[in-house]
Amino acid sequence: MNTTKDSLSHPDGGGARPAVLEEVRPANMPRRPIVENQRTFAWITQKVCGIVEGRAPLWWWVAFVISSMVASFTVMGLIYLTATGVGVWGLSHPVFWGWAIINFVFWIGIGHAGTLISAILCLLKQKWRTSINRAAEAMTIFAVMCAGIFPLFHVGRVWFAWWLFPLPNANVIWPNFRSPLEWDVFAVSTYGTVSALFWYMGMIPDLATLRDRVKSVYEKRLAEAKNGAQRTFETAYYQFRKYFYGVLAMGWRGSNRHWSNYEMAYLLLAGLSTPLVLSVHTIVSFDFAVANLPGWHTTIFPPYFVAGAIFSGFGMVLTLMLPLRALFGLQDLITQYHIDCMCKICLATGSMVGYAYAMEFFIAWYGANPYEGFAFVNRAFGQYSWAYWIMITCNVISPQFFWFAAARRNLVLVFILSIFINVGMWFERFVITVSSLANDFLPANWNYYSPTIIDIFTFAGTFGIFGFFFLLFIRFLPLLAFAEIKAVTPQADPHHHHDNGNDDGHK
Amino acid sequence: MDTSNTASSPAARKPYGMLALFDSAPAIYEAARTVREAGYSRWDALTPFPVHGLDGAMGLGRSRVPVFVFIGGVIGFFVGMWLAWWMGYYNYPLIVGGKPYFSPIFPFPIAYELTILLAAFGALGGMFVCNRLPMHNHPVFNYENFRSLTDDKFAVVIEAEDPLFDAEGTRTFLEELGPLEVTALYDEEDDA
Repeated sequence: MNTTKDSLSHPDGGGARPAVLEEVRPANMPRRPIVENQRTFAWITQKVCGIVEGRAPLWWWVAFVISSMVASFTVMGLIYLTATGVGVWGLSHPVFWGWAIINFVFWIGIGHAGTLISAILCLLKQKWRTSINRAAEAMTIFAVMCAGIFPLFHVGRVWFAWWLFPLPNANVIWPNFRSPLEWDVFAVSTYGTVSALFWYMGMIPDLATLRDRVKSVYEKRLAEAKNGAQRTFETAYYQFRKYFYGVLAMGWRGSNRHWSNYEMAYLLLAGLSTPLVLSVHTIVSFDFAVANLPGWHTTIFPPYFVAGAIFSGFGMVLTLMLPLRALFGLQDLITQYHIDCMCKICLATGSMVGYAYAMEFFIAWYGANPYEGFAFVNRAFGQYSWAYWIMITCNVISPQFFWFAAARRNLVLVFILSIFINVGMWFERFVITVSSLANDFLPANWNYYSPTIIDIFTFAGTFGIFGFFFLLFIRFLPLLAFAEIKAVTPQADPHHHHDNGNDDGHK
Repeated sequence: MDTSNTASSPAARKPYGMLALFDSAPAIYEAARTVREAGYSRWDALTPFPVHGLDGAMGLGRSRVPVFVFIGGVIGFFVGMWLAWWMGYYNYPLIVGGKPYFSPIFPFPIAYELTILLAAFGALGGMFVCNRLPMHNHPVFNYENFRSLTDDKFAVVIEAEDPLFDAEGTRTFLEELGPLEVTALYDEEDDA
């Protein structure tokens, strides 16, 4: 990088240089900064820790109460289901995989962006990931929790759900390892566990910073307390925070001997999570693709599902991060550059999904299987065509706005488009699941599937559950991975001062 | 983290080492290189974030975390395969869809996921084992300015147990590196 003129024109550099090289003027294309306004390390620490250490803003309480109330929809729906039976959902012949499997795939897919950001972008050395990876990983974990609810209760007798795992039971029978549904049990539980490990390990240095600040925060807040009750509360809160951050930080002291092992472990976890995230949605797609049903039995499903998952996940990251950025004033840490990058990934993966839709139609025609051909014509023009065209509009057309810088800079538009992406990806799973099941080989079996009010409330409630946990995460854990952000600022480079002056701005 | 006891009774303290505080990444990089070149062996650098190239400046070897990851991964793969074989072929063979009782193909996703699961536990556990964490307390926490070391400052700590350590000589050596301050660190006596 730094070997521009000096080393090339050095007499020892080997032979004569072509004269034309002297006329080459490298274009000055500075990289866009990851942290704007030359913020200092201390500013970054204060900015991120301040979110956790300050008092909860009013909007947080409003959002928390609303989320809790919405979450109760799922709780009530599941209690009613457990007490009555799976029939309270709108499942009936021939569609026995209704909203439950749609919602499961939808939530799992959303999780995938978190792992993509933390693992794949880490391996690709995309430094901009550092500002958004923590929140995206939290999103992954909470999304996997929401996803897990649906297959868990779809088994009907939820008190036997532990039979999914290879545990000894009274029937001395074991799970069927030939089934993609059993593979899914392993894939999703591994995914949830590894995501949590990765998230926690990445947080240890930041938790140590919070731990070291607990005492000064307490002293400041105690001085502001107006009466005895407030002082008692502050002291109790101090005791909680002291142990909460103290235990979670595991005695981290920032030793470089520790950082060396930590970075190796981080890199290896990134290397392990990359094949993991690709395998999870591959195995989810096997739930469909292994079945001999027209519209499901296709080899394009694994890559198509993975691209769709990343697409929906980035949609959700944008939906979450744009309001947080505005509410907490994080514009210097989550810059327009970050938003541009996320929009471009949405554009790329959305276009891949559009390509997959087109390729499915091509193969349905080229494969010359009449059932396969019918399944696809029926998707676009049959009884569920309304869902198909919602899907096409949201997933293929709406991200095309991201070709234009003006659209990417209009954050209200980006936010609206991110909602469209979320909606579109839910409909994609609806189209795949329901249209293939509702119109299978024998027209005598055909039926029109509709969800019940219980389906709708149970699904709506999962957004409350997600919001409930995400809001708690914002209050108690560092929202941005600030140790990593510091490491990608210009002043973190140990050779920072030496570059100034001898390098013509070409860096 | 409670330093009041140790501060009030210096007699009950034993020297742990000498800490020099720096305020920039280039400064800690240069300091680490100088300390290493001076021949010290029991010393450390404390930084709020991983400083690029500092491992090389300190002369650290390659981390041993990959060993734990490899062992975890191998165990995971064979446990996955063994589960499917033992349960489906040995303990309770059951014909499902006319498929074989065991084949290395169909349990592959199970073995694959368990490989990743146990390798990931190996990575986190290996990081803790290699770093001797969790650790309840450490003498560097007695430094009154420790808070800034997880914020925006950097430090070099040379331990008193280093063969080259000498209270006066090491202090002079560290002061020549141009730090913000040089402080002696003390450990609490075991039975104080």
